[in-house]
Amino acid sequence: MRISLFITCYNDTLFPATGQAVVRLLERLGHSIDFPLEQTCCGQMHYNTGYQQEAMPLMRRFVRIFREAEAVCIPSSSCMAMIRDHYPKMAAEQSDPGLRSEVEELLPRVYELSELLVNRLGVEDVGAWFPHRVTYHASCHSQRSLHLGDLPLRLLRKVRGIDLVDLPNIDRCCGFGGTFAVKMGDVSAAMLAEKMRDVENTAAEVVTAVDNSCLMHIFGGLHRARAGVRVAHLAEVLASTQDDGAQEAGA
Amino acid sequence: MPETREEILARIRSALRDAGDREVAAERAAIARGYIRSGHLGPEARLHLFMDRLRDYDAHVVETSADSLPRTIAALLAEHNQKKVIAAAGLPEGLLPGELSFIPEKQADIQDLNDCDGIVTICTSAIAATGTIVLTHGPGEGRRRLTLLPDRHLCVVRAEQVVETVPEAIERLGGLATHPLTFISGPSATADIEMTRIRGVHGPRFLEVVLVR
Amino acid sequence: MTIRVGESAEAPPFQKAALPLLEDPQLRKNVRHATDVIQRKRGLVVAEQTDWQELRNAASAIKAHTLRHLDHYLVQFERACTAGGGQVHWAADADEANRIIAGLVKQYGGNEVIKIKTMTSDETGLNEALERDGIRAHETDLAELIIQLGRDRPSHIVVPALHKNRSQVREIFRERMHLPELGDQPEDLTAAARHYLREKFLNVKIGVCGANFLVAETGSVCIVESEGNGRMCLTLPDVLISLAGIEKVIPLFQDLEVFLQLLPRSATGERMNPYNSLWTGVHPGDGPKHFHVVLLDNGRTGILADAEARQTLQCIRCAACLNACPVYRQTGGHAYGSSYSGPIGAIVTPQLLNMRQGQTLPYASSLCGACYEVCPVRINIPEVLIHLRGRVVREQKSTLDPEALAMKAAAAIFTSRTRFEAAQRLGRLGQAPMVSKGWMRNLPGMLGNWTRVRDLRALPPQTFREWWKAREKAAGKGSHA
Ligand code: SF4
Repeated sequence: MRISLFITCYNDTLFPATGQAVVRLLERLGHSIDFPLEQTCCGQMHYNTGYQQEAMPLMRRFVRIFREAEAVCIPSSSCMAMIRDHYPKMAAEQSDPGLRSEVEELLPRVYELSELLVNRLGVEDVGAWFPHRVTYHASCHSQRSLHLGDLPLRLLRKVRGIDLVDLPNIDRCCGFGGTFAVKMGDVSAAMLAEKMRDVENTAAEVVTAVDNSCLMHIFGGLHRARAGVRVAHLAEVLASTQDDGAQEAGA
Repeated sequence: MPETREEILARIRSALRDAGDREVAAERAAIARGYIRSGHLGPEARLHLFMDRLRDYDAHVVETSADSLPRTIAALLAEHNQKKVIAAAGLPEGLLPGELSFIPEKQADIQDLNDCDGIVTICTSAIAATGTIVLTHGPGEGRRRLTLLPDRHLCVVRAEQVVETVPEAIERLGGLATHPLTFISGPSATADIEMTRIRGVHGPRFLEVVLVR
Repeated sequence: MTIRVGESAEAPPFQKAALPLLEDPQLRKNVRHATDVIQRKRGLVVAEQTDWQELRNAASAIKAHTLRHLDHYLVQFERACTAGGGQVHWAADADEANRIIAGLVKQYGGNEVIKIKTMTSDETGLNEALERDGIRAHETDLAELIIQLGRDRPSHIVVPALHKNRSQVREIFRERMHLPELGDQPEDLTAAARHYLREKFLNVKIGVCGANFLVAETGSVCIVESEGNGRMCLTLPDVLISLAGIEKVIPLFQDLEVFLQLLPRSATGERMNPYNSLWTGVHPGDGPKHFHVVLLDNGRTGILADAEARQTLQCIRCAACLNACPVYRQTGGHAYGSSYSGPIGAIVTPQLLNMRQGQTLPYASSLCGACYEVCPVRINIPEVLIHLRGRVVREQKSTLDPEALAMKAAAAIFTSRTRFEAAQRLGRLGQAPMVSKGWMRNLPGMLGNWTRVRDLRALPPQTFREWWKAREKAAGKGSHA
């Protein structure tokens, strides 16, 4: 299948390794990747901070770039949630019936990475090898907007060599929340402290998730605390194979 | 202020300009009520659920037959050495043990209610799923204060009064909706201090249910 | 008209108000403990109710329907309540409600009242208003008594004193009830309250309560409670006054079958709370001889007018959203500077105040969605929060506000590939002085809030798109735009 990648603005700029992993993984599974260079941002930051008008052209841009795609893959649960939860409403507010139907037609073809793998491509065992103690952080959007349930865990359980441990209080927010982390920095820090305690209690070497924004937050705290725990996006765990040898994910 | 009334209603109407279609009854009838209305348990299981749920919330439950009801009541009162007991006005004939004397509700003033050892009432209906008894304060159920000030409340429930679900109970109450209604689920309780459940803050500390079957 | 919500007018911004609370380990422990216990209990009894989602859907539909016809149902309630011997008053704002109630107390020759916990009266500041008129209000709910005697503020809408532990409660009771020997077991403290209040119940002639539900069809009022203090206040006094927000009305008696299943399980994690009372006007020979209802607007019609936020008024004040909220869990309720805290407080307070105060509250959320998941009437709180953030930006922020300018600039960057790619390169150059070994540990301005407790990864030497372009080029495909 030809899969169009919407990498998201922050993955593009801050976490290129995740995008590279998605490409490696999907190509290994026999698919071809298309990366339209016109893409920028889904508009989530603007929309959620109250700048809804500013998000509008970004929605139109996304729709214009991807409307012909066979399937769109987004390795970010919060951007996926932005698109799935808010685009239809945003489109409905415009007096543009064409836009509304374009959004409606496009949405069923847009997938978060683990949805794409399990629900659309029908794979759980992607042939990965990742010999580390790993815990999975369920991002809020993945649980309560996308309702991913155990999709990411089903993929992780099939990874060779992995020592997968449950994260206690998995349903609790890490305190990132986009601009929340700076606007309400102290409350966010208190939430992060609890999440870090939970992570450290698992004795995991690696925290994984379907969202680099939570991971950036959690890792930011762990790194400051010299906790000796690293993070890797789910794509990076799933992309790594025995052949990668030393240069595996998230390094 | 009558002006305030008009002002608020006007504000509501102007706020709702967008609401469109104002057909109240039809719109209300269309509300989907997909929840469970009537229970699925047989009579025996229903009564067991009722008793379990009562006990779960600290009520004391005994079963008895219609014939031995007065004897059961006498035994329960004796067990806790209750002497000054008030009987709700209008209790069915023969419900109380004849050999004991009770203070009639009509003669009891508020001080008597505060000082007595307990009271006896019947109820209108009971809900198994939640362990609830429902009083509509008709004959035999006492005025509302009767079941409030004393420390012990003994309530007689007949098996056929027990329904399984809340919707069934509400349906049975339909005609009595404008009576004073009291739903009682276990003795008075609070968890306001460190979420520790404590019995009997202000209402009766002990609820005893006699199930007649 | 002056709309007030508790002490909200003087409340500092959320992030400021939260600071002293975050630094109070005892308070945080108390809040964590209480919310954990209620959540665990709630989880068990909700799992038991196999038709929970159907009940939520019905409740949400009933409430939305009622709000769409609020004028109709309020008038119907008024008619039925009056027919039952009650009297209905209307109050446009907090002051008018307080004035009506003080006037009634005086009319009946009273100078004190016993009260059932009502957040609506905290909203209007009723106790203080009565005090100014020489009327003493005695709170009778155990938690409210703790708050009143401790000269404190409620921090939760169902368990207002959950920020106090037993020894803190003992200190308050010891001093204010003059009980030097009082123990600190919850039983001791509860018994002290029982004793302290019994005399008030038997002697005070006027009761004040709120309302959980007003039934339009029958004119009945429903109060849901646990301790029995409610029943005392509802049945022993000669006069009863109920203060209720106009959104408390429900159409049918039958609708109680939905709400009486949802509310106790959501609020306290019980299948049914110990007592539910319903009454209709006055009942000769049983209970108060005079009954008054005060229907309060105080900003509610303003919420009704905002179609996207109207669902806020569906709330049945169960506090499940507070208990589930990870922000509330850290700060407790006082940070919200209002009678209403937690997620519902974050949406209802600024709206009641017509967005002129409490503007930081819609931002006091990470939008994690836990509130929406537990809300028994399915209020999509994250959606309303986002909508209200939009109103703050559009109605309250100057276009020269630094955040607004930054957001505008970012939007301009994201609408052009060229600008976006240039910004990526510029960012990499600009960060250089702040980067050490691939990390940034001390950033200026707003981002300093990040680096106070977290490191930030520096921008990597190559963006994803640069990698992609290089790869395509190597494969001889060239970039396609
Ligand atoms: S918003 Fe929902 S969960 Fe929160 S108090 Fe209101 S009804 Fe309960």
